[in-house]
Amino acid sequence: MQAMDSAQRFWLTRPFFERATQLFLGVLLAALTLVTVLHVMVPEGHPLYVSAFTVNLLGKYLSYALLAVSVDLVWGYLGILSLGHGAFFAIGGYAMGMYLMRQIGDRGTYGDPILPDFMVFLSWDSLPWYWLGFDMAWFAFLMVLLAPGLLALVFGFLAFRSRVTGVYLSIITQALTFALMLAFFRNEMGFGGNNGLTDFRELLGFDLRSDATRLGLFIATGIALALGYILCRAIVTSKLGRVSVATRDAEARTRFLGYRVERFQLFVFVVSAMLAGLAGALYVPQVGIINPSEFSPIFSIEIVLWVALGGRATLYGAVIGALLVNYAKTVFTGIMPDAWLFALGAMFVLVTVFLPKGVAGLFRYLKRKQGDDHPPKEATA
Amino acid sequence: MRIPCYVVTTRIVTCLLISLLSWLPMTGAAQEPDGQALLEALDTRSFDDKAAAINAIIESEQPRADVWLQAMLDSDLQRLKDDGRFVIALETAGLDVTIEDALTGEAMGEVSRRNLDRLTINNALRSQLRSAISLVELYNGDQDARLDAAEGLIGDVEDAQVAPLTNRLDEEPSAAVRERLNQALAVYRLNQGDVDAIEVLAGSLNSQVRVALNRATQSDDPLVADAASAAIADIQQNLKINRGLETLYFGLSLGSVLVLAAIGLAITFGVMGVINMAHGELIMLGAYTTWMMQQLLPGQPGMALILSIPAGFMVSALAGIAIERGVIQFLKGRPLETLLATFGISLILQQLVRTVISPQNRTVITPEWMSGSLVVNDALSLTLNRLYVLGFALVVFAALMLIMRRTRLGLEVRAVTQNRAMARSMGIRATRVDIMTFALGSGVAGLAGVALSQLTNVGPNLGQNYIIDSFMVVVFGGVGNLWGTLVAGMSLGVINQVIEPWAGAVLAKIIVLVFIILFIQKRPKGLFPQKGRAAEG
Repeated sequence: MQAMDSAQRFWLTRPFFERATQLFLGVLLAALTLVTVLHVMVPEGHPLYVSAFTVNLLGKYLSYALLAVSVDLVWGYLGILSLGHGAFFAIGGYAMGMYLMRQIGDRGTYGDPILPDFMVFLSWDSLPWYWLGFDMAWFAFLMVLLAPGLLALVFGFLAFRSRVTGVYLSIITQALTFALMLAFFRNEMGFGGNNGLTDFRELLGFDLRSDATRLGLFIATGIALALGYILCRAIVTSKLGRVSVATRDAEARTRFLGYRVERFQLFVFVVSAMLAGLAGALYVPQVGIINPSEFSPIFSIEIVLWVALGGRATLYGAVIGALLVNYAKTVFTGIMPDAWLFALGAMFVLVTVFLPKGVAGLFRYLKRKQGDDHPPKEATA
Repeated sequence: MRIPCYVVTTRIVTCLLISLLSWLPMTGAAQEPDGQALLEALDTRSFDDKAAAINAIIESEQPRADVWLQAMLDSDLQRLKDDGRFVIALETAGLDVTIEDALTGEAMGEVSRRNLDRLTINNALRSQLRSAISLVELYNGDQDARLDAAEGLIGDVEDAQVAPLTNRLDEEPSAAVRERLNQALAVYRLNQGDVDAIEVLAGSLNSQVRVALNRATQSDDPLVADAASAAIADIQQNLKINRGLETLYFGLSLGSVLVLAAIGLAITFGVMGVINMAHGELIMLGAYTTWMMQQLLPGQPGMALILSIPAGFMVSALAGIAIERGVIQFLKGRPLETLLATFGISLILQQLVRTVISPQNRTVITPEWMSGSLVVNDALSLTLNRLYVLGFALVVFAALMLIMRRTRLGLEVRAVTQNRAMARSMGIRATRVDIMTFALGSGVAGLAGVALSQLTNVGPNLGQNYIIDSFMVVVFGGVGNLWGTLVAGMSLGVINQVIEPWAGAVLAKIIVLVFIILFIQKRPKGLFPQKGRAAEG
């Protein structure tokens, strides 16, 4: 029926004809509009007023949601549990941070027109080569995608070529992000060491501290999430996506059918890393800092929890999971900070044991109960 | 100088004994100057005369000579103004000084400081006194004291001491002391420009010898300079070897820690195929058990440590069983979900320790028999606690090997791993084997914690620091292979220590991680991949 129609359409536009995607995009668009209207139109002090702080917080959640979508793409549809996606996120964030650092110009504490403060502090006399070009926005934005993409390409090439999969791959990705964290903590790396990059002033000429810029970033993140979602959906429904799902379910069998499995894996992995990098780049100007703690293995594994909680291999589940967990985190760390790790740990256990298909699975279960005539067309693993 | 009263009493008793014993042979040698006269000679204005008087004291073989010299060095040797008796100040409280008779060691109560004259010394005398004390020690001390004294003399021999030292060399029973004495005399001769002395010094690792040889390379006599350079080159070579051995030792020590941390994982992950991210926290529980035992048995850290070996095993094993029964059994065949769930457990355990005990690090006391170090030679000494941990790791490894190879449990574990359905149809209760295996692996993690408590801080993050390393070791060694874990742990430890001097600790760690990531590309199944039936599935 619908599958027949969509098979003939252009792969990138195909998602627009899916009910679930239409629903997701509609809800996202409505939410973006609603927040914008409530922030701009409603006077301050009104119970429905959305403060700039909340807008900022929501923008942060949305960038996490995009990150969760990128993890769901590899875990849900390729069967690769990456425990190192935080690394791609952080690298994208660092690329953006470097651009923002260069934008500070001579307004830093030490007033050096070229060198960021921490380099003056370490008494370096010139920019390291890898900082060159980051004063140009187009170059920095390109790097936001290319740097994590390149790392994923090299890492994935080595890993998939020698058929490292399953738990092994998870552990190696974790080691990767751990090694990068240690490396970025070193001052000699030229990324600000322990403190990271911070004290940003403006992005493309807009003052980062103004409410209007924050709203703009929130909307931009929402649009990026929508585009990322459409791209992932398009990949998943394409022929390539079908092969990658086949790889997830039976790697050896797919290989015997004649598909070069490692190429599909590599492609999807690199796209996912680029999306994670984009999420990082949108995250950094909104929180105003990027430091090596984003590389910590616990953050990467937390992302996986968002996906697991929302429902693996659904994409929209990843978004729901990211929003739910991060909202819970904000609430918990506000009221009783000690309890947060208990709650997080309990979520890991409860979700994996009792809710293996996540919140999205719960939705489907309820829906199926409602109209019991035809069983679900597509079963998710 | 504060000397507790009981020390004074014992000292008096020993002095009496010594003087009684030494009386018999000394009766014939009545021409020996008496103590009072020897001390009188010290009380002059001229420092040269004082120096001569000190030498006279050394040669006198007076039983209390070392006490006098030490007191003089500490400026405690003083003279009563009224009757000219020599006393030793023991303790000063305000103006009052507790004193004892220098000659007899008899306690004399307190006197005012105003009634005392101090025997002044200068820096030259001070160093003379120091070497004099070691000379006296050399005559009277036990073997350890003599060895220390001889060691202290190297590079510090005065002209006047040469004759008594040479005499002593003939009488000295201990070969080690004789060797040191020989070196001390050789350094003296070398400083006088004697080429032959270098022959004695060649190969010595003593730093004073090296100083003397370095000085000799600047000598005007080309013969001496050349011989000294050659000897130095020789010594440098020797030092390099010792430094290499030290690096190896530290590497093996780090390796043993890695092996201990990883070997439990090698069982749960390698043999059972269960990914337990809470393994690090089981290690932490073992370390906290040690701390708890020491709290329960205050004052007996050694006893507590030994008891915490079984206790740590039990605590972690029970925690392991709880994890297996509570969570892991429901996730059979879903390794990625197991990973996530056990990670959640690790977060809970960490936070539990933070809440119940404290977020701060706890100190675990190292018992006396484990502190200190084993001195191999002047350039190489091995810290005892690391040596014990190294031995402990090997014992644990051997025990596990025995369990896996020689016991019924090991047989059943291997059977269940290779073919679960077949093992079950042969009457093996697979579920029970699962529990036992997981308990064993977890218990070993507890043992690792007990050992680690002797090397690092015990805190809530202890386990987190080891989990990635442990997984690396298991993956590097080849999953399901205990020998692989041993070799991988030890070699990673050594590699780390070899890189560290020129790369720094953090970079060394990064390099090792990158090395493993690359290694896995080349050999995805680790150093010792499983072959045959065990490799399937």
